[in-house]
Amino acid sequence: MHPVLRTVLQRLGLGLITLFAVSIIIFSSLQMLPGGYAQNILGQGATPETVANFNHELGLDRPAAIRYVEWISNAVRGDFGNSYSGTTGTIKRSVSAVIAPRLFNTFFLASMAAIVAVPLSLLLGVLAALYRNSWYDRIVNSVTLTTIATPEFFIAYLLVYVFAVKLRWFSPLSTVSINTPFLEHVYRAALPAATMTLVIVAHMMRMTRASIINLLASPYIEMAQLKGLTRWQVIMRHALPNAWAPIATVIAFNLAYLVVGVVVVEVVYVYPGIGQMMVDAVSSRDMPVVQACALIFAATYITLNLLADIVAITTNPRLLHPK
Amino acid sequence: MTDSTNTPRVIKARRTFFENAVRVLKTAPISAWFGMIVILIYVIAAVFAPWIAPYGEAEILGKAYLPSSAANLLGTDQLGRDLFTRLIYGARNTIGIALITTLMSFFVGGTLGVLAALKRGWFDQGVSRVVDAFLAIPVLIFALMMLAVVGKSIVNLILILALLDATRVFRLSRAVALNAVVMDYVESAKLRGEGMSWIVFKEIVPNILPPLVTEFGLRFCFVFLTIAALSFLGVGVQPPTADWGSMVAENKSLINFPVHTFPYIPAPFYPAGAIALLTVAVNFVVDWVLHRTSGLRDGK
Repeated sequence: MHPVLRTVLQRLGLGLITLFAVSIIIFSSLQMLPGGYAQNILGQGATPETVANFNHELGLDRPAAIRYVEWISNAVRGDFGNSYSGTTGTIKRSVSAVIAPRLFNTFFLASMAAIVAVPLSLLLGVLAALYRNSWYDRIVNSVTLTTIATPEFFIAYLLVYVFAVKLRWFSPLSTVSINTPFLEHVYRAALPAATMTLVIVAHMMRMTRASIINLLASPYIEMAQLKGLTRWQVIMRHALPNAWAPIATVIAFNLAYLVVGVVVVEVVYVYPGIGQMMVDAVSSRDMPVVQACALIFAATYITLNLLADIVAITTNPRLLHPK
Repeated sequence: MTDSTNTPRVIKARRTFFENAVRVLKTAPISAWFGMIVILIYVIAAVFAPWIAPYGEAEILGKAYLPSSAANLLGTDQLGRDLFTRLIYGARNTIGIALITTLMSFFVGGTLGVLAALKRGWFDQGVSRVVDAFLAIPVLIFALMMLAVVGKSIVNLILILALLDATRVFRLSRAVALNAVVMDYVESAKLRGEGMSWIVFKEIVPNILPPLVTEFGLRFCFVFLTIAALSFLGVGVQPPTADWGSMVAENKSLINFPVHTFPYIPAPFYPAGAIALLTVAVNFVVDWVLHRTSGLRDGK
């Protein structure tokens, strides 16, 4: 078997195992509760009968292993069960139906940020690496260090204050619905997307710069320079083929970071995405929703890291031309 | 002829600790000085909070959202409490919680990491695989989920974040300890018949301390920002405890609905700025220490 294919398959297998382990952690978090979930929700005054009834209604009285298999096999098919928030009444809300439109919104927001942030930060990072220790490099370095050290909500509120309160270009709240037209959606999601762009450009630019500098210090680059190639030739022929792997890692790492950043930003702008939904569900301890959100976030995170690994493997010149 | 050629030069065997400290500090760049001074001010505010603050932590003085005046240096918050007072108490609570969490995570993660590097075998394998699974979930998401399960309280917050952060510390301390355990001095200590605790605390820990100390600064920043984010989301530190993250959340309507509140005061910006300033300061100092202690990080 070709070594590239073998390594890729190995990574895929590893990714699946990780996903499995993570799903078990997420599932078993519910079991860790001292005294059981029902007791906690219904309060101290609950009689044993109410607790048993509650458990039976949610199916919590069956063995954990069976419930896990049910939960995960339904989750793979996109069914996350019913939300607890309607359990005591007659209306049962399906978690998937609640999540689906919000998942789309979050995906929309994250893509907007990524489309702007990825090319911008790669450009800034490569420039900073090529002209390192220049005044440009120093300014960019201290600006990004400050941005990284600043909480997301601070940047978000600064943007709101300047662009929504003072200049009145945007609304301070990003309310969208399913019926919002595309361009309107872009306009309303502009401020949250800009916030996330600022945060990840800082991370991505610094990591790009570091990996390019690392690369330019390799012996084969020095060799290429010594044999008299022009700067352009050195970069295009020798540096770039080896740079894909670190760049892919940087991009995937930061897109994964976006997954987390989206939670805070959505809450600031009251943007109806999955992050805000998870925070609400945590406050009301609606466990099926929390678990569904956690599983989606974790799966995205793992997939992105896996993707970076695979790109790094398939673009590695040493693996592509085996001896 | 000058004096120096006549008098014999005094040669000291060794500089004292204080002299060394002064020598090192003289080489510090402006950014590091700035960072150290900011950290010092924060520490003083946190330690002496009850003596510095003009009012009590949750003392309600008058109307909500008063602009700054002689009585209320930065104005009042949404319940009419003095913002300056709450900022100072916030230093104590926010930094204190983050510090305890980071210390716990280093104690647990560091111990496990060094032990895993020393023992290898099934212990190392077992802990490493569990940690790998934990590393695959973003900290904020995992913390949110665990808080939903065990409920919101400061103790739960500290325990959960310490546990999650310990997995990151484990990775680093195991990696640096792996380099140390193969050294000859560890081997000779083993041959001398020293016990496990001697090998860990007298041989390995002193040699892996420099990278762990800088990592401590970075982990502290990360934990501090995560706690601030969780409190901001309303699931971290709960009112009436003064905490910078929740203070931003409590006053955020001033920005989101600016029309309803008049006169406008920038109440949410003070705690948010306080968070940002501290993390920037710690980062500046860590950056300088990294540059000093390792040539490796030269490019970054």
